[in-house]
Amino acid sequence: MSSGNLRVQKISGHAGPVAGEGTQRQEQVCKLIDTTTCIGCKACEVACMEWNDLPFGETVFDNTYQTMPETRWNYWNLIKFNEHPREDGSMQWLMRKDQCMHCADPGCLAACPADNAIVQYQNGIVDFQQEYCIGCQYCVTGCPFNIPKFNPQTKKMFKCTLCTDRVSQGLEPACIKACPTGCLHFGTKDDMKELAGARAQQLREHSGYANAGVYDPVGVGGTSVIYVLHDITNPEAYGGLPSDPRVPWAVRIWKQPLKWLGNLAMIGGLIGVTMHYLRFGPKKVKDDE
Amino acid sequence: MNDPILRYTLVERVMHWIAAVAFCYVLATGLAFYSPHLYWIATLLGGAPTSRFWHPWLGVVFAATLFWMLKAWLGDMRITPADRKWGDSMQHYIRNEDENLPPIDRFNIGQKYFFWGMLWAGIVLLLSGAVLWFPELIPWSLRGLRFAAVLLHVSSALITIGLFIIHVYMGTAVVRGGFTSIIRGEVSPAWARTHHRLWFQRVTGK
Ligand code: HEM
Ligand code: SF4
Ligand code: SF4
Repeated sequence: MSSGNLRVQKISGHAGPVAGEGTQRQEQVCKLIDTTTCIGCKACEVACMEWNDLPFGETVFDNTYQTMPETRWNYWNLIKFNEHPREDGSMQWLMRKDQCMHCADPGCLAACPADNAIVQYQNGIVDFQQEYCIGCQYCVTGCPFNIPKFNPQTKKMFKCTLCTDRVSQGLEPACIKACPTGCLHFGTKDDMKELAGARAQQLREHSGYANAGVYDPVGVGGTSVIYVLHDITNPEAYGGLPSDPRVPWAVRIWKQPLKWLGNLAMIGGLIGVTMHYLRFGPKKVKDDE
Repeated sequence: MNDPILRYTLVERVMHWIAAVAFCYVLATGLAFYSPHLYWIATLLGGAPTSRFWHPWLGVVFAATLFWMLKAWLGDMRITPADRKWGDSMQHYIRNEDENLPPIDRFNIGQKYFFWGMLWAGIVLLLSGAVLWFPELIPWSLRGLRFAAVLLHVSSALITIGLFIIHVYMGTAVVRGGFTSIIRGEVSPAWARTHHRLWFQRVTGK
């Protein structure tokens, strides 16, 4: 995607320093999604399709409002509709706009082997650069939110760009513009956290949602997309939002100790056979008969 | 009297070299994705997407030759009590004190361990590689399979790399004549007597 004037602070599969790290006075940006005022109109879904010029795909009709079960390579922004039973037996709609969370510690980027295929800009946006992607889908293994999706035709991954092209020009993401209820906000991470905190407090104190809170998971270093939830103790009820998302430990082991142990073992093996040769050399054939 | 002895038939040699070439390709491309410091290998081999495309296919070729070898060499690769006795004095072999070793047949226990290690690691690589090849077929709820596959694939690849280093080193630098035998098929009688005396006696009747 077009990165405009954004500089990069993290690069996937990259050896050596990162060119853009610490070279810009960028504030971390953030999208705030207030699930308590979302009416499930799907305007953001349409805005995303329109701005990003995504080709249409078949929707799935399963007798609910759900457009399709999960995001797709050409459908980056999806409202998850959940009918949640209240304690008194009545039903509550939990509607959550699902998309890439733009993690501060992105598992997709940690897992990706391709130099430059995934970058994180100074403003916190995590962006896939399809021209460098090799289609291995390790990013799916690394992502705790099931976000990157594979295009089988081009063998490249796609996901929400947080409208990198718009944000780099000082515009807000397309979904934010489209929301009719104002449940979407965009700004600096600090401002959005403050706004979200105030809204959650209002819900707790004045609207009877004693468990209302802000979803900004620390396990992935915080995210550049944060939610206000009616019930922060049960994020799973919002269409499988993980309660404690982390870069999977298997990915951590694979990318850290396993790599270093493997490198040491391989270098050690080469040194070992060299030393053996220097010490003992080739075997002699004895012609004893 | 000093006529060379056939150690590897043409078919065995072809089989070996298909396995070797496939393994080296899979090793090089695999290492490229293993470490950012080795990513340039993929560039040399025609670019990373190309390497990603061919790595699993050559992996399948490699696995197939392993099964071909199993069929061809099963009889020769069984580990016998005589091998174990030889194995007990392995340190003499490592120190080139071969006169202290009991005579052995066509392959020594190190070669047999190499074969079985490659075979089992190859099976793990094939199964885990299949998961890495088509991850889009694995539903989100079964993503534990992906985790297991990457860890198993890398660990067993490292095991094969260790075996491979020793194999190439022994076959080219230490046991001179071994490399020629896997190319041209023949060894001298003295070579056969020194390294594989029982085999020498079996095939020459002496
Ligand atoms: C037997 C059939 C095999 C299949 C189907 C297979 C498949 C795969 C696939 C799909 C990947 C993901 C990235 C890529 O495509 O390059 C991969 C990675 C890899 N493969 Fe294989 N492979 C096989 C055999 C081997 C063998 C014999 C080795 C031994 C050296 C090996 C070493 C590796 C390594 C080191 C990686 C990179 C792991 C990482 O990213 O950390 N593979 N393999
Ligand atoms: S598929 Fe994902 S992990 Fe693999 S190169 Fe592309 S972005 Fe990186
Ligand atoms: S939500 Fe997934 S795809 Fe998005 S930044 Fe986090 S790990 Fe990467």
